[in-house]
Amino acid sequence: MAGEERSVKVKIDHVEKIYDGRKGKMVALNGVDLDIYENEFICVVGPSGCGKSTLLNIIAGLLEPTSGAVYVNGKKVEGTGPERGVVFQQYALFPWLTVIKNVMFGLKLKGMPDDQAKEIAMKYIKMVQLEDFVDAYPKELSGGMKQRVAIARAYAVQPEVLLMDEPFGALDAQTRTQLQSELTRTWQEEKKTCFFITHDVEEAIILGTKVIVMSARPGRIKTVIDINLPYPRTQDLKMQKEFLDLKAQIWGEVYQEFLEVRQ
Amino acid sequence: MDDKKKSKIQIPAWGWLVISFLVAMALWFFLSVNPKTARSFPFLPAIFEALGTVISRGILATDFISSMISVVIGFALGFITAVPVAFLMAWYLPVRNILEPWIQFIRNIPPLAYVPLVVIAVGVGRKPQIIVIWLATFLIMTVTIYQGVRNVDETLLKAARVLGAKDKDLFIKVVFPATTPFILTAVRLGVSVALTTLIAAESTGASAGMGMRIRSFSNSFEVAPMLLYIILIGIIGITSEKIIKTLERKLTGWQEKREV
Repeated sequence: MAGEERSVKVKIDHVEKIYDGRKGKMVALNGVDLDIYENEFICVVGPSGCGKSTLLNIIAGLLEPTSGAVYVNGKKVEGTGPERGVVFQQYALFPWLTVIKNVMFGLKLKGMPDDQAKEIAMKYIKMVQLEDFVDAYPKELSGGMKQRVAIARAYAVQPEVLLMDEPFGALDAQTRTQLQSELTRTWQEEKKTCFFITHDVEEAIILGTKVIVMSARPGRIKTVIDINLPYPRTQDLKMQKEFLDLKAQIWGEVYQEFLEVRQ
Repeated sequence: MDDKKKSKIQIPAWGWLVISFLVAMALWFFLSVNPKTARSFPFLPAIFEALGTVISRGILATDFISSMISVVIGFALGFITAVPVAFLMAWYLPVRNILEPWIQFIRNIPPLAYVPLVVIAVGVGRKPQIIVIWLATFLIMTVTIYQGVRNVDETLLKAARVLGAKDKDLFIKVVFPATTPFILTAVRLGVSVALTTLIAAESTGASAGMGMRIRSFSNSFEVAPMLLYIILIGIIGITSEKIIKTLERKLTGWQEKREV
C-alpha cells in the first residue's frame, strides 16, 4: 500500500456492550480496541455468540455501546451515517421495489434528482453484472443475485466504510466463491475500508488484508493476523501452502474458542 | 387409438364455471319442483318476475342505496379508526396491553347479539346500523393491520436507516409499503364483515335496506322477491371481493408468497 503513514479510518475505543437479560447481565463485548486503517479489508471470525455482529451494529450506529466509543474519521459515531454502508446476511432488499429502485433508495433519500440517481445506480448494477435484471423484483432473483443488489445498493451511496455481516452466509458454496472473487475485484477497483464478518475461515483469508479472531463470552479480540497474500486473489490460492498454513493457524484459534464456548 | 392411455380431456377454467353453474341450476330446479320445497324455492321465471316488480315499484333502488350508504359510512369510519389504533397498538406496549384483550373479546361476539343493545342506546334508524358496522369492521381491520405492522421486517428498517432514512422516511418508505398487503387484506375482510353485519343491523327497525326488505318479504310470505334479494346480496358480496382481490394483485404483486 502506498505511503507509510496510513490514516486510521475507524477507531474502536474500548467498546463494551452489556445486555440486561432476564437471567441477569450478559457481557457481549468486553473492552474491544481496534484501529482500522484506510482501505484495509478486515475479516472477523469467531464462534457464534462472540459478539461480532454486535460490534458491527455498534460501528454502523444501529446499537449504542454501553461504554467506550467508535470514531470514524476522528468523529464519534452517534447513529447511522452516510460514510458507513452495511450489507446484511438476509439481503434486506425492499421487496416492493425493483432492482434499480432498491439501488436508488439511498440516493433518493439524499434528495438526488431521478436521472442522476438512475445513472449512478446503473453504474453499480453493471458492476455486479445485473444489468439484465434492472426492472425485476427481488422475488424474481436468486439468493446470490439478491446479495449482489444489496452490495450495489451499499456502494451506490458511496460510503467510505463498508460493513458486511456474513453477507455470503446464506448462499451455496459455488455462488459464495463467485461472489468472493467479485468482491475482491470491486474492492481493488474502488478501494474502501471493509469490515467483513464471517464464520468461514477460508473466506476470511481469501478476502482480508487482516483477519481478526474474536473470543467468546465475553467477546473480545483474541488475535490479529496479517494476510500478506498477493492480489488479485483467485480461488487457486486455496491450494497453496501459505494459504493452508494460515488456514490451519486461524482455524486452530477459532476451534479453541469453539471448544471453550461448549464447556 | 391406444386404449391403455386414457386421453384426459382438459377442461378450461371457464368450462368448470359453466358446469358448476349448470349443476346449481339443476339442483335449484329440482328444489322448485319437489313438492316439499317448491314453496320456498321458486325457479328463475318467478325470480325474474319479482325483479321486474321491485324495479318498477322503485324498491330495489331505494333499498340498495340505503344499504350502501350504511355500509360505506360504517366501513369508512371503521377504516379511518382502525389504521391509527392498529399502529398505536403495534408501537406502544401499554396501548396494546390495554386494548388487545377487549378487541379480541368483542370480536368474538356476533354483531346480531349486540344490535338490540345499540338500538336501545341510540334509537332506531340509520344510526345503529352505522355504529354496528363501524364497530364490527373496526375490530377485524384493527387486528389485521396490527399484525401487519408487527410483521414489518426489522432488517428492512435497519437497511433503510443505514441508507440515511429518518423516522419520517422509515414510515413512508418502509412501514407503509410493507404493511400494504395487510391493509388490503383488512379492507377485503372489512367489506365482507360490513355486508354481513348490515343485514343483522337492518333487521331491527330500519325504514329501507336490503336486510330490512328481506324481513318484510318474509312477514308477507313473498318468497320470490325474498330469494331474489338474498341472491343479490351474494352478488354484491362476491363482486366487491373480486374488485378488491384485483386491486391486491396489482398493488402487492411484489410479494414472495401470497395468501389466498
